[in-house]
Amino acid sequence: MNKYIENYKRYRFLLRELVKKGIKLKYRRSYLGIIWTLLEPLLTMAVLTLVFSAMYGNKNRAFPVYILTGRLFYSAFAQGTRFAMKSIRANAGMIKKVYVPKYLYPLSSVIFNYIIFLISLIVLVAVSIILGVYPSLWTLTAVIPLTILFMLTLGIGMILSTFSVFFRDLEYLWEVGLMLIMYTCAIFYDASMLTKTKTDWILKINPLYGLIKCFRDSVYGSSMFEEPYWLLMPLIASIVSLILGFLLFKKNQDKFILHI
Amino acid sequence: MPNYAIEVKDISMKFNLSQEKLDSLKEYMIKFIKRQIKYNEFWALKNISFKVEKGDRLGILGLNGAGKSTLLKVIAGVFKPTEGSVIRHGRIVPLLELGAGFDPQYTGKENIYLYSSVLGYSKQFVNEKYDEIVEFSELKEFIDVPLKNYSSGMRSRLGFSIATLVEPEILILDEVLSVGDAKFRKKSENKIMSMFDSGVTVLFVSHSIEQVKRLCNKAIILDHGKLIAQGNIDEVAAQYEEMTK
Repeated sequence: MNKYIENYKRYRFLLRELVKKGIKLKYRRSYLGIIWTLLEPLLTMAVLTLVFSAMYGNKNRAFPVYILTGRLFYSAFAQGTRFAMKSIRANAGMIKKVYVPKYLYPLSSVIFNYIIFLISLIVLVAVSIILGVYPSLWTLTAVIPLTILFMLTLGIGMILSTFSVFFRDLEYLWEVGLMLIMYTCAIFYDASMLTKTKTDWILKINPLYGLIKCFRDSVYGSSMFEEPYWLLMPLIASIVSLILGFLLFKKNQDKFILHI
Repeated sequence: MPNYAIEVKDISMKFNLSQEKLDSLKEYMIKFIKRQIKYNEFWALKNISFKVEKGDRLGILGLNGAGKSTLLKVIAGVFKPTEGSVIRHGRIVPLLELGAGFDPQYTGKENIYLYSSVLGYSKQFVNEKYDEIVEFSELKEFIDVPLKNYSSGMRSRLGFSIATLVEPEILILDEVLSVGDAKFRKKSENKIMSMFDSGVTVLFVSHSIEQVKRLCNKAIILDHGKLIAQGNIDEVAAQYEEMTK
C-alpha cells in the first residue's frame, strides 16, 4: 500500500500535467475556446427542446432543464469513457519509451473530461434560474449522483481501455453501445412514458438513467431517496465496475506494450 | 560487500510474434473457434544475469538484433521481463529516446513541464531549473512556438536539456552522443563527461567499439538474446572484435 502512495506522490505532477494538457488542447486554435463547453450543450438543448416540445405538445416551461440535465450527464459519461478507452493507444509513443504508471492515462482522461463537464454545469445553473427552477436545500444532494458518475465513468473507462488495446474494433462497438445508452436514458422524452409500461426494465438496468433521475430530483428540489432503487443500483454498478476495471487493468497492463 | 547499482537477476523476455496481427474481435473469435491462433514465440532475452557495481561504466556490445535495446528497456522499466527481475539502486535517467512524451501542439515551454513530469521530476524543481533548461537548449526565441514547428535537431536539444537536468545515479545511453549540430554535440558530450566524473553508473550501447573502449571500463556481449561474455573492457572488446571479423 505504501508503495502505491509513494508512486502516486511521485507522479502527481504528471497527472496534473496530463489533465491540463487534455483541457488545453481540446479547444486550442478555436476562436471561442473554452466557451464552447458552455455553448455546445446550450445549442443542443435549444434544438432538442424545439423538436420535442413541438412533437409532444409539451407546455412545461422547465422542459429545457429536464433535457439539459440528461444531456449533460450523458455526454460527460460518453466523452469520459471514449477518451479513456483511446488513452492507451493515444499515448503509445510515451508508453513505449519511458516508464510511467499506465493507469494515469485513463485516469487523466476521465478527470479532464469530468472537469469540462463541471464547467458546463454553469449553463444548467443559468438556464434553471432563468426558467424559474430555483435551488433548494435538496440541491446539495446533487453531489451524490455527481460523485457516482465519476466512479462509473472511471470504472467503465478502465475496462474499455484494457480491452481496446487488444481489440481495436471495440472503439466502433462502443459507439453503438453509447447510442443505445443514450436512447435508454430518457434524455428528451418523459421517463414516465416508459416506467408505466412493461418495458420499464430498459431504464432499470441502465445505471446512467438512475443517476440522471437522482440528479434531476436534486435540481428540481425534491428528495432522491424516496425510491432508493434509482440511487442504489448506480452505486453498486459503479463500485463493481471500478473494482473490475482496476483488476482487469492491473492484470493486463504489462502486456499492453506488446500490442500497441 | 560490494555496492551494486543494478542487479539483473536471470531475466528473460518473450515476445509473441503472431503471423498476422489479431486485433479485431471478429477475427479473434473466428480463429479462436477454429483453434488457429498461433504464436511464434521469440525470446529476445534468455536468462540474463549480471551485476553492475556503483561507478562502473558498462558497455553493451552485440550485433543488430542481439537484444541490446530490449535489455536497456527492461532495465529502464519500460518492459516488464517475462521472467526474472531487475533491482535498481538509485535514480535512473534513460537517455533512450529524447523527447518521448513531447506533444507537437504544445509550445516549448509547455513541453518542458510535460516532459519533466513524465521523467518524474517535481513541479518545484522544474520551476527552479526552468531558466537553466532554456539556456542550455539555446532555444530562448522559440520557447513559445508550438513544437511541431521545431526542427528535429531543436527537438532533441530540448529533450537532452531536460533529461540531463538531474544528476542521475544511473545513466542509460543508447547512442545519443550525437544530438544536434557540431557545437551542441560538443556541449552535450561535455555535459555527459561531467556526469561521468561525478561517479555515475553508466550503461552504454554503441556499435562503435572505439567509443565503448574509450568510455567504459567493463563490458558484456549479447548474442541472440544470450549473455556470452562479461568482464573487463579489454578482454571483452578483444573477444567482440574476434566475433565481428
